[in-house]
Parts: sequence; structure tokens; C-alpha cells
Amino acid sequence: MPPVVTPEVIWWALLPLLVLSGGGFLLLTIASLVRRLPEALPQAWTVVTGLIVLTATVPMWDRVQSDGPRSFLGGMVAVDGSTVLVTAILAIAVVATALLARPYLRREDLPGVELYVLLLMSAAGGVVMASADDLIVLFLGLEILSIAVYVMAALHLRRIESQEAALKYFVLGAFASAFLLYGMALIYGATGSTRMAHISGYLASTILVQDGMLLAGIALLLVGLAFKVAAVPFHAWTPDVYQGAPSPVVAWMAAGVKTAGFAAMLRVLVVTLGTHASDWRPAVAVLAAASMVVGAWVAVLQTDVKRMLAYSSIAHAGFILLGVQAASERGTAAVYVYLFVYTLLATGSFAVITTVGGRGDAAHGLDAYRGLARRQPVLAGAFTVLLLGQAGIPFTGGFVAKLGVLAAVVEGRTYWVAMVAMAAAAVAAFVYLRILVAMYLEAPESDTADRTEVPAGTRVVIGVACAGVLLIGLVPGLLLDIASDAVPVLVGG
Amino acid sequence: MAVLAAAAGVPFAVLPALLVVPAAGALLVVVLPRRRPELLKLVAVATSMVVAAMTVWLVVAFDIDRGAEMQFEFRHSWMADLGIQWLLAVDGISLFLIVLTGILFPIALLAVDPGHDDRAYFAWMLLLEAGVIGVFCAMDLMVFFLCFEVVLVPMYFLIGRWGHGNSAYAATKFFLFTMAGSALMLIGILALAFLHADATGGGLTFDLVELAEAQSLGTTTARWVFLSFALAFAVKVPLFPLHTWLPDAHTEAPTAGSVILAGVLLKLGTYGFLRFGLYLFPEASHFFAPVFLTLGLVGIIYGAVVATMQRDLKRLVAYSSVAHLGFIVLGTFALNTEGIEGGLLQMVNHGVSTAALFLLVGMIYERRHTRQIDELGGLQKSAPVLAAVFTLVMLSSIGLPGLNGFVGEFLVLVGTFNAHRWLAIVATGGVILAALYLLWAYQRVFHGPAEGANAEMPDLKLREGLVLAPLLVLIVAMGVYPKPVIERMEPSVDALVAHIETHVDGFHEPTSRFGADIEVGEGGDDAGDDH
Repeated sequence: MPPVVTPEVIWWALLPLLVLSGGGFLLLTIASLVRRLPEALPQAWTVVTGLIVLTATVPMWDRVQSDGPRSFLGGMVAVDGSTVLVTAILAIAVVATALLARPYLRREDLPGVELYVLLLMSAAGGVVMASADDLIVLFLGLEILSIAVYVMAALHLRRIESQEAALKYFVLGAFASAFLLYGMALIYGATGSTRMAHISGYLASTILVQDGMLLAGIALLLVGLAFKVAAVPFHAWTPDVYQGAPSPVVAWMAAGVKTAGFAAMLRVLVVTLGTHASDWRPAVAVLAAASMVVGAWVAVLQTDVKRMLAYSSIAHAGFILLGVQAASERGTAAVYVYLFVYTLLATGSFAVITTVGGRGDAAHGLDAYRGLARRQPVLAGAFTVLLLGQAGIPFTGGFVAKLGVLAAVVEGRTYWVAMVAMAAAAVAAFVYLRILVAMYLEAPESDTADRTEVPAGTRVVIGVACAGVLLIGLVPGLLLDIASDAVPVLVGG
Repeated sequence: MAVLAAAAGVPFAVLPALLVVPAAGALLVVVLPRRRPELLKLVAVATSMVVAAMTVWLVVAFDIDRGAEMQFEFRHSWMADLGIQWLLAVDGISLFLIVLTGILFPIALLAVDPGHDDRAYFAWMLLLEAGVIGVFCAMDLMVFFLCFEVVLVPMYFLIGRWGHGNSAYAATKFFLFTMAGSALMLIGILALAFLHADATGGGLTFDLVELAEAQSLGTTTARWVFLSFALAFAVKVPLFPLHTWLPDAHTEAPTAGSVILAGVLLKLGTYGFLRFGLYLFPEASHFFAPVFLTLGLVGIIYGAVVATMQRDLKRLVAYSSVAHLGFIVLGTFALNTEGIEGGLLQMVNHGVSTAALFLLVGMIYERRHTRQIDELGGLQKSAPVLAAVFTLVMLSSIGLPGLNGFVGEFLVLVGTFNAHRWLAIVATGGVILAALYLLWAYQRVFHGPAEGANAEMPDLKLREGLVLAPLLVLIVAMGVYPKPVIERMEPSVDALVAHIETHVDGFHEPTSRFGADIEVGEGGDDAGDDH
């Protein structure tokens, strides 16, 4: 009898995945067995899990940099610099979301464990996406991530908007998944494999006489991924879902889900289908331009700050797509820088919004921000830093991020997209200015508005986000170096 | 501090210190204890005084014998991946603009109190100072752009929070105009660096001198890139028809904001044209010169005509700035030594005299709570000293010989006359109009019978007099004896004109038809011939 050959497993590379999913399952089990869970436990559990993953990424990074990227589990899963970096970003987002979640749940008087469990599962899905070496694994990761987030969006039991957001997100998300899966099937049909390394090797060595099926596959893949990252014209769900879903969940959507989506996009488009870049680059460029213009423009018309930031997140997605469409190492590195910075900006901004939103999570109009500078100068000052960062003002991380993607675009000589980007950036600046004007230059309608107490966890998130944004703006060297070492590679074939 | 430490080898890295000191001062202001509000102003003024002292030291230590060379150079890698470095240096073109900045800030800080939210006000002012000095010292295009953009933020808050009337609108308009204007410049800068790297096969660099000396762009490409720069500068100057943000911003801004806006910020555009437009793109500047000459001329006449019509004293001064900056643009694009030097000198002069004018208007407003010319009258009787100071400053702004305004304006006109005779003749009309609107306004505000509150208006206080004194000294000194200024500027300006001559086929500096250069400042030419 021939010996059974088991695939090679590199356990250290699976550590983040195991910790996140194991942490989630354990928390769920404990919560269902123990009748009276200490109220602080789920949050502390999640934060610690996130921090363990974050800490683990440091030795992992060293290992990957010294040993080079590895592929294992029969070529299904890989670990390279980009995997580790994306894992770190996701871990930061998990910690931030968990810190925001507890004060929110307590304020809204909601039951506590599910959100954390789902958050950990969702993050595990994101890590799977970032380490997928096979289209099927990628799809698995995406579904694990998404299904958890669908439920998270519905977690506010008494807000009808929350239920509506979840349903919308779920229906449209299911469509997008179907597109994605169909695209993968077509690519499998055209190339004979779902393994990324095989696909890329096959396309590099073969000239397809009839590439219709491949192109259709790429197109469908692009639709599915563009939905996940909320790029125009697949963005319609974003404003409603952002407005309706609980604010900490929105922070996770803006930071975590987007990061995982772009990580997947880079793996599939730039690395796997890099040979056909001339086919998908124009499409991505159009998506990018449309996202930036529509996102910035429609954001101007909003009066609800949460919706404004929803549209501005669409514009940000457009900027990140710029880095993808460059299809170069510089572009890829710029995407990672942008994702890192945006994670800080988004979690920080939504932390402020969660606080100002008040009980019922409803005070998101510009009115709620009138005179905030007088009531709570520190909170307003922090929000100012974050908004200026989002606007891409020099000496904030936002500028470093935008500069990176623009440099990649200019290097690729696609000047028209660069011009659209700068025009959109100027329009988007107006959006952030409107919030600043409300905070600083307008008097509140009534002087009776109380100071809202900022919970400690929220304070930490806002403080770290502001400090990070300024630090990256002044000393960007370390992040830029890490990002340029994190360019994904395919192993095996 | 890390930046400073890296400058080891240089005994005293004065340029980084010029950026770090005000920024550190701003930080200090933010963290000062809440129980000691009186410290805020003290720290802010002291910081800006230190900066002022350093800028004055810069003039003294500036080595005239080194001609057009960059001095006090400081280099420190920043974003190595993109080849961006903190490259700071000073030459004759930027020297006096830095000094102007250094001197105007303490004056603006001393002259007016914000009235509310002192802490934020002083912090923003100091950050603004750091940003502006950064613009004038930066010899790396990307650092220049960063500073050029970042000054918008403090200025936005200064206009918006401490301004009058419809200040939120004015601040937003100011921010969006300038931000949209400079948006394309970023692409231009990146394109320039990447095309240069392609042409030379080297790495990316944003080093101004390297890019300018290599001239590696094709003619058409260079023209496009020049336009992306020119738009940003034209909005900032502001050139007609992009000037509409200026009257709003000036009028609604607090007095200190107007002083800094007119005195320093408006020079960012004209300085940009000179340093980055002409130097980086000599051919394109020559090619597009007629456009900018025309727009400058339109600005002179338009600004003057509209100023004549104003009823608001502050708005009048604001429109007079449009006219004065038209002169500067005219001189710059005359593309000869007299014109450029005149323009440069006029930048400093305009900074000094308009800052003084805005301070005076602010003082009148503080006393009378109105700036409407109709409601003022006969102030000379109640406030003779203020009237006398106003007269001096106004005459400097008009360009009376013996005061600073004359030297700059005269050189601009000479330069323009040598290059384009008719333009100079029309521009002279602008000088006459300037005399018209200022004298007419003076007459209505200070002469005639003083009635009601006008009759009881208190005169200049000692503190106000002391604040104005340095500006008055400069007005007279630079009018009577401009040599120390000109001899430091001239080598750099000569080198710039020579650079344009080298890189534009068939272009020769337009000089006087009689073959003789008009001599300015006896020592100037000797210094220029050294290399």
C-alpha cells in the first residue's frame, strides 16, 4: 500500500488565521456555556486576540523577508510580504473596532457577544483572502468575511435602518459573489486551473487564439471585487449600509473589508492576470475615475455626516484603484500604504462619529457638529486632523498615500486619470471643509447640547489614529519601505 | 530634532531651524497650561522674534561674493523611495522674502489681539510662519509643493474663525480656489521628475537645480508642464481673472490675517513664477510671456479702476494689491534683469507697505467700527499722527520717489519699456490711477470736517506706533538706499536671465536700445561679474 502523502503545512504562517478563528469559536463556546459572562470579557478577549495577531506579524515578517515567500497546503495557501502586511492591517482594524464596540453596545443597550465573534470570523476570512493562492480559497475567504459582516450590519435590533442595511448588503453582496464565482469558473475554463500560479504560468507561456472566455471571466471577477471595495458603478449599497449599520461595524467595513477586498484584487489582477494587464487596466482606470468623481461629487450634496463619509470612502476606493490600475510594483506598494493610512483615518473618523451620534445612533446630521469646537475642543481638534488627513493635506498620512498612487499613475503615463484624481480631490476637500465649518465657524442651534463623554476605548482609537496619521505624514520612510517590500509574489506553478 | 542632528557638520543649520522653531513654538502654545493665558501671546511673540532675528542674521551672513550660488544649503533624505529630500537653501531671490516673512509675523502678532480662542490663534499663526518660510527655502519641488499647500490650512482657520462678516464663505472660497489651482501642479511636478529620470536614466529626483540645469523635457511637454505650474501660481498671485477670492479673503480676514495674506502669502505666487516658472521652463516662459504680460497689465488697470470704485477702505487696499501684483508679473515676464529685479524688489515693497496699510485700516476700524469711506471723514484733526503715518505709507504705495515703492516700480517700468515699449506706457497709466484712488480715499477719510465719532477718534497709541515703526523705517530706508538689497539680489537675477538666454534659442535679454544698461546700485554689477 503506497503511503498517504499529506500536503505540507507551514504552521507559523497559519498562525493569524488559527488565532482569529480559534478565538472566535472559543468565545462563542464560552459565551453559550457560561451563564453570566463578565461584561468586559468579550471585548478584552477580542482586543487581546487582535493584539496577538498583530504581534505575531512581526516575526512572520522577518521570516518572510529572510526565507522568501512560501506556498503550502498543496499550493492552496501562500505567505508573502503582502499577506503579513494585510494581516497586520486587519488586526489593527479588529482591535479598533472592538474598542469602539463595547461603549456602543452599552449605550444602545444591545447584547454583547455576537458582534465580537462575528468580527473575529470576518477578520479570519480577510486573512484567508490575503493568503489565498487559489481562486477557490479566495472565494472561501471572501464568503467567510462577507457573511459575518452581513449579520454585523443587522446587529442593532431596534433600528429599522440597521435591518434594512443588512438586507440590502446581503442581497447585493450575494449577487456580487455570484458574479465573482462565475468569473472564476470562466477563468478556470480558459486556463484549466484555479491555482493562481498555474493560471499566471499558463497565460505567460500560451497565446490564446480565442480569449473571449478569459476576458469575460476577468470582467466578472472585476465586477465582484469592485462591489466589495465599493467602486462606482457597484457602489449603490454603500451609503445606505453605512448610514444604517451600527457605527463601529461601519468602521470595520471601511477599514477591514476594504483592505481585504483590495488585497484580493491585487492578488488576482496584478499578480495572477498581470500578463493581461493591457486588457483590464483601462477598465480599472474607468472604475477609478468614476469612483473618485461620483464619490466626491455626491458627498458634497449630503447633509448627513455618515453618508458624506460613505461617499468619501467611495472616492477613496477610487484613489486606491489608481494604484491597482498602474499594474506596477510602485502602484502595488502605494495601495498598501493607502490601505494602512485609510484604516487609521476610517477607524478614527468613525470613532468620532460613533461618539457624536449619541444614543440611538441617529445624530449624524451636520447640525450635530455645529459648535462642536466650543463644546469639545479636543474631540473637534482630533476630527480636524482626521478630516485634513482624508483631504490629503500635506504633512498628514493622507498626503503620503495620495502621493504614492499619483506617482504610480504618472509613472504609467496615464495623465488623464491623474487629472481626474486631482480634480476629485479638490471637490472632496470641500466636503471635509463643510464639516470643519460646522464644527468651528457655526454656532450650535441651542446652547443646551451637552458634552458627550468620550469613552476610554474610543479615546484610544482616536488618539492612536491621529498620532499615526501625523507621524506617517512627517516620517513616512518606514511605512514606505515596508510597503515596497510587501509586493505579492506567486510561488509554485 | 532628528533633522537637526543630521545636519552635523554645519555649525548651525539655520534654515531647518527657521522651520522647526515656529513649529515648536506652535506646539508649545498648544500645551501651555490653561491657567496662564497671558503666556500664550508672550510665547508666540517671543518665538516669532527669534525667527525674525535669525532671518536678519541670514542677511548679514549672506555672502555677497558667492554670487548666485545657493547658500546655507541643508540636505536630508526624506522619502528615499521617491527621491524626495529636505533640500533647503537661500539665494538672492528668496533671501529678502524670508526676511520679510520674519519681520512681518512679530508685527502682526503684536499689533492685534485675536479677541477669542487665543491658543488656537497663536498656534495657527506660528504654523503659518513655518509653512511660508518652508515655501521660500525649499529647493526640492515636492517639499516646496507640500509647504505651498499646507499654508492653506492655518490661513483658512485664521480667516474663518477670527474674521469678520461672511468669513466662513471667504475662507472656504480661498481654500478651494487655491487648492484647485495647485492640484494640477502636483501632477506637473511628478511628470517632470519621471520624465527627467527617463531622459537621464538616473533615479527620481525633485532637486530644483538639477532639474532646471538638465532641461530634459521636450519643448511641447515642457510647455504643458509649465502651464500646470502657472495655473497654481496665477491663482495664488492672483492674476486677473482668477483674483475673485482675494477681495473676499482680505476683507473678511482679521487684521493680522490681512497683513500676512497681503504681505507674504501673495508673494508665493509671484515667487513661484520666478523660481519655478522661469528657472525650470525658460522656453515655455518665453513662449507664454505675452499671455502673462497681458494678464499682468489687465490686472494693473483693472485693479486700479475697481479700487477707485470701492466704498470699503479695506476692499480698496485689497484691489490695490491686484494692481501691484500685476506690476510684479509684468516685470517678471519682461525677462530682463531690470524687470525681474524690479518685480522682486516690488514683492518686498508691496509686502511692507500693504502690511502697513492693512494695519492702519485695522486701527481705524478698531476705533470707529466701520471701514466705510462715507462714514469716515476729517480724521486728520482728531488723529494727526495716524494721518501722517498713513500719508507716508500711502505715498510709498503710490511709488513716490525717495520711498521704497518707487525703486521697484521704476525698475519694472524700465524693464518693460526695454522689452515691450507699449506695455510700459499703458502700465504707467496704472501708476497714475494708483495715485488717484489712494489720494482720493485719503482725502475723503482724513480731510474735510470731522463730525460725531470722527471728531473724537483717539490718535495712535505708543504701542501701535512702535509696531508700525519698523515698517516705516524700511519704507524710507529702502527708498533712499536700496543698494544693500539690490546687491544681494542682482547676481541671482543675472544668473536667471543668463539661464534663460542659454536655453531659449535666439533669445537675448531685451536691454536698452542705446546699448547701455541702466545701472542700479553701484556694487551690484561687480558682484555679478565674479563668476
